[in-house]
Amino acid sequence: MWTFSCPLIVYGDNALDYLAQVKGKKAFIVTDKNIVKLGLTKPVIDQLDAVNIGWEIFDEVEPEPSLNTIRKGGVAVGKYQPDWVIGIGGGSCMDAAKAIILLLARPELEPEALSVLETFNFREKARLMAIPTTSGTGSEATWAIVLTDTNDKRKLGLGTTECMPDVAILDPVMVMGMPPLITADTGMDVLCHAIEGYTSAWGTSMTEGPGLVATRRVFEYLAKAYKDGNDLQARKEMMIAATMGGMSFGNSMAGLGHSTGHALGAIFHLPHGRTVGMFLPYTMEYLMNGSEETTVKFAEMARFCCGASGPDKECAKVLVAKVRALAKEVDQPLSVKDCGVDKAKYEKEIPALVERSLNEVMTMTVTRVPGEEDLGKIFKYAYDGKPIDF
Amino acid sequence: MARYATQEWCDLYKEEINKNKAYEEAAKTWEGDFYFITEAGGPVKEPIYMYVDLYHGKCRAAEIVTDPNKYKPAFTLSAPYSIWKQIATKKLDATKALITKQSKMTGDMAKIMRYTRAANELTNCTMLVLTEWLD
Repeated sequence: MWTFSCPLIVYGDNALDYLAQVKGKKAFIVTDKNIVKLGLTKPVIDQLDAVNIGWEIFDEVEPEPSLNTIRKGGVAVGKYQPDWVIGIGGGSCMDAAKAIILLLARPELEPEALSVLETFNFREKARLMAIPTTSGTGSEATWAIVLTDTNDKRKLGLGTTECMPDVAILDPVMVMGMPPLITADTGMDVLCHAIEGYTSAWGTSMTEGPGLVATRRVFEYLAKAYKDGNDLQARKEMMIAATMGGMSFGNSMAGLGHSTGHALGAIFHLPHGRTVGMFLPYTMEYLMNGSEETTVKFAEMARFCCGASGPDKECAKVLVAKVRALAKEVDQPLSVKDCGVDKAKYEKEIPALVERSLNEVMTMTVTRVPGEEDLGKIFKYAYDGKPIDF
Repeated sequence: MARYATQEWCDLYKEEINKNKAYEEAAKTWEGDFYFITEAGGPVKEPIYMYVDLYHGKCRAAEIVTDPNKYKPAFTLSAPYSIWKQIATKKLDATKALITKQSKMTGDMAKIMRYTRAANELTNCTMLVLTEWLD
């Protein structure tokens, strides 16, 4: 038994107008101070006001939200008792909204207990909406919640299938102002979700479709959105690609690019999309060197997304080269060194990077599962940008 | 070969865990005991409780318990026989079984998640026990 779930996806020009059709009395908006400052909550609030839905804003979400922030949000939502919880922002805000709505239903729980072990039935109280302001995490179309345990500087992968948003609104007006660097960082995250979702050992035909199409869209539109933030078509396509990437990996599982990238990001405090995107081609090469199954899938993607032809191995190499070329085009790092990480500090941390990667589920959901030694070598090669040859 | 969920099976499972260097390394700081519960149904007439005590990369005890009150383990993992069989033969991923609620766990999930590799090795150990299944 396995499942495929996704929200009602409202997309395209004026997608926020959907809010006029929402039934309810009170909305609890989960966001961050920057989103409020940029005025991105205003079009949502205006729509809610127009249909007499009351609202309250919780704007204390920080990047990689901590357990403590979620506790505070849980108390606030409990006092307000809304019938909608709306996450507006990037992955952090949307993940925080998921966690907070779970606490609305089960206020007695600690945030670290918001997992598949529990049942919440939060829809008896409220429904969940996600409005992304980046095109990256795909959080609007996944049930996953990533929180940070600040005590041991570790990311916690939480959530339950229940916390898939009911509605995701993809309105390009929310991403038009995204700066180029964030466009590139988050765009590489989309690519990683799409390729890893397509090739996941947990993948099925249901997850291959969105992964494949999202990959093609990223290759076609990320550089355009990066170079010209006002390119409406590119912004729209990247928003859709991000959501489709979420549908792909969220219903299968991400892979090695994520487990290695998570580890690097957690220890050296680098943006998620940048690190997972940087590791993606290295981990693809590692899979190609030992998994025929995944090589065939990379070849399929290369034929569909890059017009490649010929034997599987050659096509798979075209896909890896295309990933690196795109990263270069949008000024993303191609190696750990390019991320500005000091070599001596990095080498000292390799055992910790390996240990963290080994304990990520995403390391187990690929068709060639690396052990300690291979992971150590992947981290070493990635520092100087050396292609994986083992 | 040992019949599923007998003391003989537990002894072989304990042996496999204690021989597994990868598990020992991955679980070197783990402290926690389990009830692995096979729910009644199909060929299983009464629930079967298997107590497994894992400590610093070793298995200190693995026994079939007739009185579930004998221990108060930190974790319980329960599933029907058919699901256990699929997990033990690697036809079903243990994490997928949890996500789809085909199995149920109690205990500190955050702690378990820090030992994903060890959990995977524990499943690998079950594959190494030559098992006579009940069906």
